[in-house]
Amino acid sequence: MSLAIPRRRSAKQRLAIPRPLQGWLLPIALVVAWELLSRLGLVAPNLLPAPTTVLQTILTMARSGELFRHVGITLYRVVLGFGIGTLVATVLGALTGYSRTAHAYLDPLLQALRNIPSIAWVPLFILWLGIYESSKVTLIAVGVFFPVYLNLMSGIQGVDRKLVEVGKIYRLSQLQLVRRVFLPATLPAYLVGLRNGLGLGWMFVVAAELMGASQGLGYLLIDGQTTGRPAVIIASIVLFALLGKLTDSGLSAISQRLLYWQDSYGARG
Amino acid sequence: MLYIENVHKQFDNGLLALEGIDLAIKPGEVVSLVGTSGCGKSTLLRIVAGLEFPTLGAALIDGEVITAPHPKVGLIFQEARLMPWLTVAENIQFGLKDLPRLEQQWRTEQVLQKVHLTNFAEALPRQLSGGMAQRVAIARALVTQPSMLLLDEPFSALDAFTRTQLQDHLLDIWAEDHPTLLLVTHDVEEALVLSDRIIVLRPHPGRIHRELAIELPRPRRRTSLEFQRLKEQLIGDLDLTPGLDLVKR
Amino acid sequence: MQTIRRRNTFSNLTTAIPWDNIIPWVMPAALILLWQVLAQIGVINSRILPAPTEVVQAAIRLTLSGELFKHVTISAWRAVVGFLIGGSIGLFFGVLNGVSRPAELLADSSIQMVRNIPHLAMIPLVILWFGIGDEARIFLVALGVLFPIYVNTFYGIRAIDPGLIEMGRVYGLNRRQLFSQIILPGALPSMLVGLRYALGNMWLTLIVAETIAASSGIGYMAMNAREFMQTDVVVVAILLYALLGKLADSSVRWLEKVTIAWHPSQNLK
Repeated sequence: MSLAIPRRRSAKQRLAIPRPLQGWLLPIALVVAWELLSRLGLVAPNLLPAPTTVLQTILTMARSGELFRHVGITLYRVVLGFGIGTLVATVLGALTGYSRTAHAYLDPLLQALRNIPSIAWVPLFILWLGIYESSKVTLIAVGVFFPVYLNLMSGIQGVDRKLVEVGKIYRLSQLQLVRRVFLPATLPAYLVGLRNGLGLGWMFVVAAELMGASQGLGYLLIDGQTTGRPAVIIASIVLFALLGKLTDSGLSAISQRLLYWQDSYGARG
Repeated sequence: MLYIENVHKQFDNGLLALEGIDLAIKPGEVVSLVGTSGCGKSTLLRIVAGLEFPTLGAALIDGEVITAPHPKVGLIFQEARLMPWLTVAENIQFGLKDLPRLEQQWRTEQVLQKVHLTNFAEALPRQLSGGMAQRVAIARALVTQPSMLLLDEPFSALDAFTRTQLQDHLLDIWAEDHPTLLLVTHDVEEALVLSDRIIVLRPHPGRIHRELAIELPRPRRRTSLEFQRLKEQLIGDLDLTPGLDLVKR
Repeated sequence: MQTIRRRNTFSNLTTAIPWDNIIPWVMPAALILLWQVLAQIGVINSRILPAPTEVVQAAIRLTLSGELFKHVTISAWRAVVGFLIGGSIGLFFGVLNGVSRPAELLADSSIQMVRNIPHLAMIPLVILWFGIGDEARIFLVALGVLFPIYVNTFYGIRAIDPGLIEMGRVYGLNRRQLFSQIILPGALPSMLVGLRYALGNMWLTLIVAETIAASSGIGYMAMNAREFMQTDVVVVAILLYALLGKLADSSVRWLEKVTIAWHPSQNLK
């Protein structure tokens, strides 16, 4: 029988805030302060409207259906651009990762292109494709392409050759080697590339919509600016952040399920 | 029956790793290749495994020249080399894909019993200790029912206790079906515990320096006088004089 | 020792050609050649994509008139100032949160949350606050630079092998020495990666900021040229961005070679 006397929690322990909530202290405090200062009139409402005003704006837009229209269009662009960019990047990345000749010829070209900030292509895209959907989706696709391509290529090249040798011992054909060894071994790097690509995709949709759109969350940003309604601008910013975080969490959850076997030493998400 | 006839191996940078290796290994024999680093013992093993090819001469199994990994030859590396995304059972079945599922499962169960890992069939490699992982690697090699096992410093990455345990374990496994064992090791004791014959190789270039037949009855006591005497003799053969390595290079 | 290899004249000749230096240039050179040919025989409309020769001519024209120099220096100045401001803030907080646990608990989550906001989305808000002047642009660049530097400095410090710090304490190093001799060099590789991202963000933000609202700078030059269908000037602008981006990247690589030559990431080829 244990002789341990159950210890009473010290005063400090009883008041301790659980870890995950500690991070929320400062932001919540700031938001509350923001609201207070706005109410007291210390912060000009035409420059920085109160959080409650922003919330109201969002609700109004939701009720009129406007919100879903804009969110929908922006999501559509991101998803389409992400899909196209990922597809091309997967094909090229697999090619240059697996075949040394393809790598020698193609990779330097792609690396040189990578140095051009994708945004710089905007005027050219607009010139070629017009201010409509195709130029925006292309811009997003280009932005998504590079992280996915780079991560896939280096992922394939980084596959542990010792594992490949085990495949050779069991006389696996090239196709079997790819399917049973290279594919699962490359998955972690590929998923990292996808997450980075998604992040960039959101950044590029903002840029694309800022530079010429008539619908979408980015359009709302400009609209809010030209009509002098900062609440709309902030609402749009909040929604962008929310959607970006949601999609990233979704992809992160998928990654964790697919990579159940990984031995990562307390890696942070 | 394994024949190694006049095998030479020169690498692209001109280094002569093996010169004039002649060796005959009978079925069911346990042979160890011992030597200091650079003597070509691993290279020789890889030639027999079909992973590398001699510049001159040939290695033959049952009269056929080895040009690729042979289905009846199993290979165990220094690292376990398990696929991290497969369970223990799936790893063991890695080389069995041509067989019907029932056969695969039956063989896997049998071999898991041999290595005493029946409860770990669904575990992932990241949950295994070093010794357990190596036992899975052994199981994976055994499940194809090979007539010859090649082992490249299989226990050198493990701690001393696990090493002695696995050495004894290997002997138990060998005692059941008597496959031919060709083992590369730098651990003199390990060679003495396991082998019928010990081949000592010396580097620059890799040549056979001496063949030693071990006539002690198994199981062998590491602490017996005879054992220790053989150990001393072998260490002398390895020519571990410090500095000689550097001078020759 | 006998050598077994036999060499013939053909293999001697082919090995003499420095293939490794030539192959990376094959694809780019082929593309530029194709571009020039297609433009000259008229398959590509020169308003859509002018021939390389025309682009070069435009570049020379702009340099001689002094326009190029003017725009480049203005853009560069904005970039540098924004970088210095954002970089120092990011560095300060990165070090603070990295070294002090209470600071991290308080501030890190907040900073991570703000990081989720696509900084480009702040542009209209910033314009509303600061107007269309240089302050707005510099503020945005600073924002884009801040987060990569913060994150990478913070993680760089956190990821240092605690065994090294323990060893430092055993040797009696005080806090300042611990920092300068162990923590700083240890965090440097990660910080330089952050620097590279920050520089990329710097150009990105500047391009968007200059494209949307500016009366000088490379972005303005590009958008203006687009209005007047001067595609050759647009391409010059894109190449300028590429050049500046490459320059920034190369200077970071040089910095890496000089300060962290010991790191495994620096392949000593």
